[in-house]
Amino acid sequence: MATTAPPAIVPGPAFRRQIQQLSGEKISACFQCEKCTNGCPLAFAMDVVPHRLVHSLQLGALNEALDSDTIWVCASCETCTTRCPNDIDIAHVMDTLRQLSVKSGVKESQKQVPIFHSTFLSSIRTFGRVHEASMALLFAFRSNGITGVRNQAGLGLEMVRKGKVRVVPHRLRAGRQVKDIFRRSERKQGA
Amino acid sequence: MKVSYYPGCSLDGTAREYGNSFREVASSLTIELEELPDWTCCGASSAHVTDDGLAFSLAARNLMIADRLGKDLVVPCAACYRRLKQAEKGLIERRPVEGSPGKYPNKIHVKHSADFIWEACGEKAIRGKVKRPLEGLKPVCYYGCLTVRPPKVTGAQNPEDPQALDGIMKSLGANVKNWSYKTDCCGGNLILTRPELAKKLVRQLFDMALEAGANCVVVSCPMCHSNLDTRQKEILRENGDRYDLPIYYFTELMGLAFDERSIGKWLSGHLTDARTLLRQQGLL
Repeated sequence: MATTAPPAIVPGPAFRRQIQQLSGEKISACFQCEKCTNGCPLAFAMDVVPHRLVHSLQLGALNEALDSDTIWVCASCETCTTRCPNDIDIAHVMDTLRQLSVKSGVKESQKQVPIFHSTFLSSIRTFGRVHEASMALLFAFRSNGITGVRNQAGLGLEMVRKGKVRVVPHRLRAGRQVKDIFRRSERKQGA
Repeated sequence: MKVSYYPGCSLDGTAREYGNSFREVASSLTIELEELPDWTCCGASSAHVTDDGLAFSLAARNLMIADRLGKDLVVPCAACYRRLKQAEKGLIERRPVEGSPGKYPNKIHVKHSADFIWEACGEKAIRGKVKRPLEGLKPVCYYGCLTVRPPKVTGAQNPEDPQALDGIMKSLGANVKNWSYKTDCCGGNLILTRPELAKKLVRQLFDMALEAGANCVVVSCPMCHSNLDTRQKEILRENGDRYDLPIYYFTELMGLAFDERSIGKWLSGHLTDARTLLRQQGLL
């Protein structure tokens, strides 16, 4: 029976340090008790389950972490963070990895979630508050074109009928302040 | 009693019935809600995924307004609550706020609606208002993720087995069922991007609620409500599982027990029929 050796992981302590610094979390404290994985409601849909992801970070295996489906499947329910005996905010580490992944380029198959977040944030930036109706419509279009809009149309119309849709967005005096917050954090990100 | 009020974006749209019922119930309990003037989005689930600094600033802006009003801030939306609590922690630890030179004096507290009502009124005051005890209603209380987690940020005393909703429902005379899925995630965060995963989690919650002997689910989060209420037809179409489980905001059931007239209007916003069960039990 032929067996293939798993690809060798080259330890990269620099990457571990970078993640620790960016997230403010002490990755090296993990002793692989697997509480995070056992409590994770979405572990069944992850390619790298949470305790293995943390292990990858300890080893400095950048690509396994950044290219994983895991960081885009995680629903930020924070069960792992709550139960970690070593006080690692794993959900926050997921945030850090998503931020890095967006900067380095997200795989086509994982683009839905980042598209959603950018659509959501542009709604805040434009209106000061999220305008749910236009945000959902725009997301459907940006992720799946006309087909996406058509797939969501039935539910959308039912929600309109039920009076759950605010048609006209708010006009806020604070709109400018919110735009300033976005501009300043963009400048910081670029710096 | 006077408090500040941060409704959040959903309460003006998909969770309109939550906002309306919360305001009416608060008024019956002589709680005066003052909506934060010119409040803006807290950044919700998208800002923290994108940029920690942006997430902090979007939420902190609202806390600075609440601080000027000087009253505790009540937040019905679980996601808003979670983000505002995080910003509060940052402010207390003296993180500077963009465009606001002053220090944060930490005089006010941020509270989630259900915890606030349970702590401020308690069993006696709630029971005293009940005109129509919710006999025959067998709810499981579903707290979701962000009303309790992470306890280091929310300060939740019992993050694996919270009690506020259970206490409120029992005070209304409901036959509350115990279950171990109170704080298991419903996948609300993924409903638009990975609906197949979210629906799997939702079905598991429904199965466990039925196994516990419940005939409805009580929630205190707009995303949980939307996720559990709007997808039941789809689940029936795709998997052939008919749940027909009414999903109520706890404030709707408080309003029903207090005999508020608007109950019919609130329930008409639900996508899964929420009235038949109440009629069968002689409550509507």
